[in-house]
Amino acid sequence: MNLVDIAQLSVRLGGKTVLQGVDLTIRPGEIITIVGPNGSGKSTLLRSIIGAVAPQDGRVTRKPGLRIGYVPQKLFIDPTLPLTVRRFLSLPQRVSDADARAALDHAGAGGLEDRQMSRLSGGQFQRALLARALLSRPELLILDEATQGLDQPGSAAFYRQLEEVRGTLGCAVLMVSHELHVVMAASDRVLCLNGHVCCQGAPEHVATAPEYRALFGSGTQGALALYRHDHNHTHDHAADPHHGHHHPHDPGGAGDPPPQEAAE
Amino acid sequence: MMFLDDFLVRAALAGLGVALAAAPLGCFVVWRRMAYFGDATAHASILGVALSLTFSFSMFGGVLLVALLMAGIVSALSGRGYAVDTLLGVMAHSALAFGLVAVSFLHGVRIDLMAYLFGDILAVGRADLAVIWGGAAVVLALFWWRWSALLTATLNPDLAHAAGLDPRREQLVLTVVLAAVVAVAIKVVGVLLIAAMLIIPAAAARPLARTPESMALIAAAIGGLSALGGLQLAYRFDTPTGPTIVCLAAGLFALTSLADLVRAGADR
Repeated sequence: MNLVDIAQLSVRLGGKTVLQGVDLTIRPGEIITIVGPNGSGKSTLLRSIIGAVAPQDGRVTRKPGLRIGYVPQKLFIDPTLPLTVRRFLSLPQRVSDADARAALDHAGAGGLEDRQMSRLSGGQFQRALLARALLSRPELLILDEATQGLDQPGSAAFYRQLEEVRGTLGCAVLMVSHELHVVMAASDRVLCLNGHVCCQGAPEHVATAPEYRALFGSGTQGALALYRHDHNHTHDHAADPHHGHHHPHDPGGAGDPPPQEAAE
Repeated sequence: MMFLDDFLVRAALAGLGVALAAAPLGCFVVWRRMAYFGDATAHASILGVALSLTFSFSMFGGVLLVALLMAGIVSALSGRGYAVDTLLGVMAHSALAFGLVAVSFLHGVRIDLMAYLFGDILAVGRADLAVIWGGAAVVLALFWWRWSALLTATLNPDLAHAAGLDPRREQLVLTVVLAAVVAVAIKVVGVLLIAAMLIIPAAAARPLARTPESMALIAAAIGGLSALGGLQLAYRFDTPTGPTIVCLAAGLFALTSLADLVRAGADR
């Protein structure tokens, strides 16, 4: 059974249509990466999946009793709230010390139990979030820009850890990122989002797709994602869910090789 | 229950009950930055006092009703044009003013307004004690039951959603608890100082705590100490009891903050 089925999802926030006609199916064990410029509705899509945003139209169907591990984009902990890493792991479900230690080791954050969350470095903080998400034995792990604020080696290390975690847990992973050069190679499927699904497919396929090029440019070998997006084209999803349409200002260069940096 | 015949014993028990109920709530008020919300709810409750005196029903019920109404209206109106603090300012002070005006219409009933503004812990009777400890028990039971969910929702609403919790429901639980604590505490510290009993012990506990639970426990200890010590000081120096309790709590806050500063200096 599919973990999540999204059909023709539309979401309006504050009078603005953020998502329109989005279809997405998440199957057990697959890794899906969502890419898209700022304001393209990536986080809103994730938040609809966890049930924090109500759809205006369409359906989000979760497998009954689906266990989700969620790593938010940014977690602000008020300085007035004292919170050790160990205590954080027991929210909302209490976990045993042994489980907590195992999860921290697994997430690459071993030995941090007694540290205050507010005193952790960026990388340690993200690993603590990951450890907490692992403790619910998730069938679906959702990460929203999990490496924001980490430098490139830090992000690369985080994604290596993530791959290892997924290897042992076998859970599906849905993540949002703009650091394509780091994450893409590990993904089964990449979804290019800009309010609607622009294109999707295997990483190599998307990297060479004209829609992807239009969103992120091509001159930097994927090392730099450009947030420039001004086309207001419409897609005819019924006719061809992938690339049946033409972008008038396609920058071209569709023959460039896909980014390779991720293949380390 | 002979010992309850002594008004000082009743006062001490009343102070302890309020301190216990206020401590965990005060922590959430501090963590969620709801200090002004607590203040507004408390100020509005004088209208509840006026209503209950006018229509002669229980003061606890009147205050609870107005506090809930106040919290409900603010939640409903927030996010519709006015900033929440503006909204709270309008609501709180209007309710306080309407309450004071309404009280002045009450002929025939002689009421001591000061007793409601600043509390009158020495006049606590057996029935008041029952209300205070009953209310405190309900508040503590609610916290015991929802603690983890409340904490998760306070940390981040999306984390709560992902764990299958509804942050709005947890917000509602806190609103109800706040109304109950205000209703319970009005006799002890009065409308103007209830927020102080929420915030000061929690703030004083912060530098000493490493986990949310220890912060709530330390806040309860500091609140209890302030209540008992303040009572004793007020008795000895013949000062108003409610304000004396708050002064002592403020002194403890200054102490723990200072200790924290010294410790941070030593770390450097």
